[in-house]
Amino acid sequence: MGEPTTKPVLEMTGIRKVFPGVVALDGVDFRLFPGEVHALMGENGAGKSTLIKVLTGVYDIDGGDILLGGDEVHIAGPLAAQKAGISTVYQEVNLCTNLTVAENIFIGREPRTFGKIRWGVIRKRAAELLERLDLNIDVSAPLSTYSLAIQQMVAIARAVDISARVVILDEPTSSLDASEVEQLFRVMRRLKADGVAILFVSHFLDQIYEISDRLTVLRNGQLIGEYRTAELPQVQLVEKMIGKELATLEGLEDKALRSRTKSAAAEPILQAKGVGRTGAIAPFDLTIHRGEVVGLAGLLGSGRTELARLLFGADKADTGELSIDGKPVTLRDPQVAMRRGIAFSSENRRTEGIIGDLSVRENIILALQAARGWTRPIPRRKQDEIVEKYIKALQIRPADPERPVRNLSGGNQQKVLLARWLITEPRLLIIDEPTRGIDVGAKAEIQKLVAELSDGGMAVLFVSAELEEVLRLSHKIAVLRDRRLIEELDNGAGVDAERIMQTIASGQTASGATS
Amino acid sequence: MTILKNRLFWPAAILLALLIVNVFTSNQFITLQDGHLFGTLIDILRGSAPLILVSLGMTLVISTGGIDLSVGSVMAISGAVACLLIKDLGNQNAVGSVLLIMAVAIAVSAALGLWNGSLVAIVGIQPIIATLILMVAGRGLAQLITAGQIINVQSSPYATIATGFFLTLPVAFLIALAAIGLIAVLTRRTALGLLLESVGGSPSASRLAGIQAKRITVMVYVVSGALAGLAGLIYSANIKSADSIYAGNLIELDAILAVVIGGTALIGGRFSILGTVLGAVLIQTLQVTVVGIGVPSKATLLFKAVVVVVLCLSQSVTFREKVFGRFKSRPAVRAEVPA
Repeated sequence: MGEPTTKPVLEMTGIRKVFPGVVALDGVDFRLFPGEVHALMGENGAGKSTLIKVLTGVYDIDGGDILLGGDEVHIAGPLAAQKAGISTVYQEVNLCTNLTVAENIFIGREPRTFGKIRWGVIRKRAAELLERLDLNIDVSAPLSTYSLAIQQMVAIARAVDISARVVILDEPTSSLDASEVEQLFRVMRRLKADGVAILFVSHFLDQIYEISDRLTVLRNGQLIGEYRTAELPQVQLVEKMIGKELATLEGLEDKALRSRTKSAAAEPILQAKGVGRTGAIAPFDLTIHRGEVVGLAGLLGSGRTELARLLFGADKADTGELSIDGKPVTLRDPQVAMRRGIAFSSENRRTEGIIGDLSVRENIILALQAARGWTRPIPRRKQDEIVEKYIKALQIRPADPERPVRNLSGGNQQKVLLARWLITEPRLLIIDEPTRGIDVGAKAEIQKLVAELSDGGMAVLFVSAELEEVLRLSHKIAVLRDRRLIEELDNGAGVDAERIMQTIASGQTASGATS
Repeated sequence: MTILKNRLFWPAAILLALLIVNVFTSNQFITLQDGHLFGTLIDILRGSAPLILVSLGMTLVISTGGIDLSVGSVMAISGAVACLLIKDLGNQNAVGSVLLIMAVAIAVSAALGLWNGSLVAIVGIQPIIATLILMVAGRGLAQLITAGQIINVQSSPYATIATGFFLTLPVAFLIALAAIGLIAVLTRRTALGLLLESVGGSPSASRLAGIQAKRITVMVYVVSGALAGLAGLIYSANIKSADSIYAGNLIELDAILAVVIGGTALIGGRFSILGTVLGAVLIQTLQVTVVGIGVPSKATLLFKAVVVVVLCLSQSVTFREKVFGRFKSRPAVRAEVPA
């Protein structure tokens, strides 16, 4: 695609937004042309979310102009944004899953005659709308019966039907598996062909390069530049985003390779024999040794998370035997697992991880305090000491222990959760999707941390949808498919993403496996 | 300007304003008489004791995301148990026996709290329904204990907790002060406060952090029950009888209001002991003021409602922004685009 010849549908110039103590956006320009997919890139805290919120009327700007279709506009609120033709689909689908697909598409603007809702028309139009997006589903079924991917596309259908000029997709792919992403991209290409301008935010660089035409990079609230995606190599893009050389990432690469080979003779910490839970994960055997990183690979819904939860007692296993240090144990609830030195950080950072109202300090000491019981508070000075140490070690930003944790970016919240568990000095750390939805820099830091912890003797069960990451960090990889552990591979020569994808695709243990 | 933004500024200001009104409307605001302090202010402090006690328990329950509707009924039961036992004493003025009986009444109340807590945390019934059971059934229970009669007692040690004075201050108020101190220490000098706020903020995250949410939840209902029991004793000692119909009638609503005025959100999480106490005293002062300034009895409820509405508006961020915050923002140009 060449330089767009049409006029931009959206033009923002010199946008400035100040929060108490922080300049979130400092003179940012942003253009969006009809019929393009434009990626907005930047680390967490770069100002992406702020820019989107300005665009959708959530925030009022402190300076700059917004031109929509050539006319200057002031977007007074989300409703005004919608009326002006700007719709947003968020990472967490904000539809009502208990209503039907058709109801969700037309909620709040149902076609009526004399006040009576015309259900027939709603269903018919909803079906037509989804067909245009190549989606043939029963529109009278509740939304909850469909996968997250379908729900997202329903949200897109609704957005497009309301106003088809600008569609903002904020991290739409972070919970989707590969085939679902493909489906979403088909929908996006169709919209593009219809002349819709799409603003796309994603942390997956591959996806950016697959779908986007142009991209705008922000860093620390400032515009770094606008580029044509095809003309900007990935390495340069990442450097522009994090503003430094890729040394940290590459250093990690060496380290992980070096440490991969060494865990052979260590003693086992946890052994699972035939552990399973009906409807969640079929009985599996798994042994985790001291200092070993075990990766769980598999598609979304393959049972990765379910397996991890059983090993912490977050869900109760209904079959099998689990032993820790050779002694059998029944994990009735998380407390039991914690007492045996197991820590677990859930994939649902917001609902099962942080407590948004509480401060960074309180969130960090929470698990340790829970283990001590309420009658033995951690002395305040000790708390401050621990918290300061970990804020520094994990580079938690902003480095203010008393700030409510909900005000931190996703990557920093993740670091707070890691700190929460690290101070309990676990022997087995289970982390489920620790890098989902966080930026490149923070991701590299977390990966580095995992490698260091395992070098120090901690066992880690690492769950991630990103194969690259699992491959890079793990000594051993357990592959899951359809809620069953199908193969265990020792990481090393000959084990790569393709090999694992083949295992997943074929659904059976490949012969000649190293384990 | 930061003091204006403090959530407790407006409740404190309104309390102060009401007290000033009382200075002018009451015959005696505060004087020394018969060796102890006397006057409207002292009446307010004395009268607010039961509400403070109930509100303290309610604060803890609400911080876990729950609610306790049964406090009024527990008050009635506590008073009924105490009066029934005191009436049967050979010597109603035996201090030791009366103290023991009060301990029994509080223990019974705590047991009722245990019932509430178990329904909520172990059986998993929604707090509003779980405590509604005891709210309704509890008054029936109190009437069974008193056999439908009002039991009168003539026990001066018992009356002391409501009407007595110690070091020139009302004993009831001192009891409330002690409870405030106890709860403050219990929650802020231990880790209980943090764990409560965590459970209220996110039950599932708390469970995965290893917090024994069930145990803590049961505990706050027990504390709420015990404090309601103590409040019931003061109420019944004040009228020297057990009135199972009017004791603690509708006090749960005043207590919830006190908690909310004090800045604790009904969805749970962060709580403020000081705020709750301020809220409870404010409500009691309002009650006294309404009588003092001669609002006709038919209009008292309405007057109370108006003050509460003003108070809630003053605490609403949205409302304050709408009224005060619009002057500085840019003139809004509506997004007007051809369809």
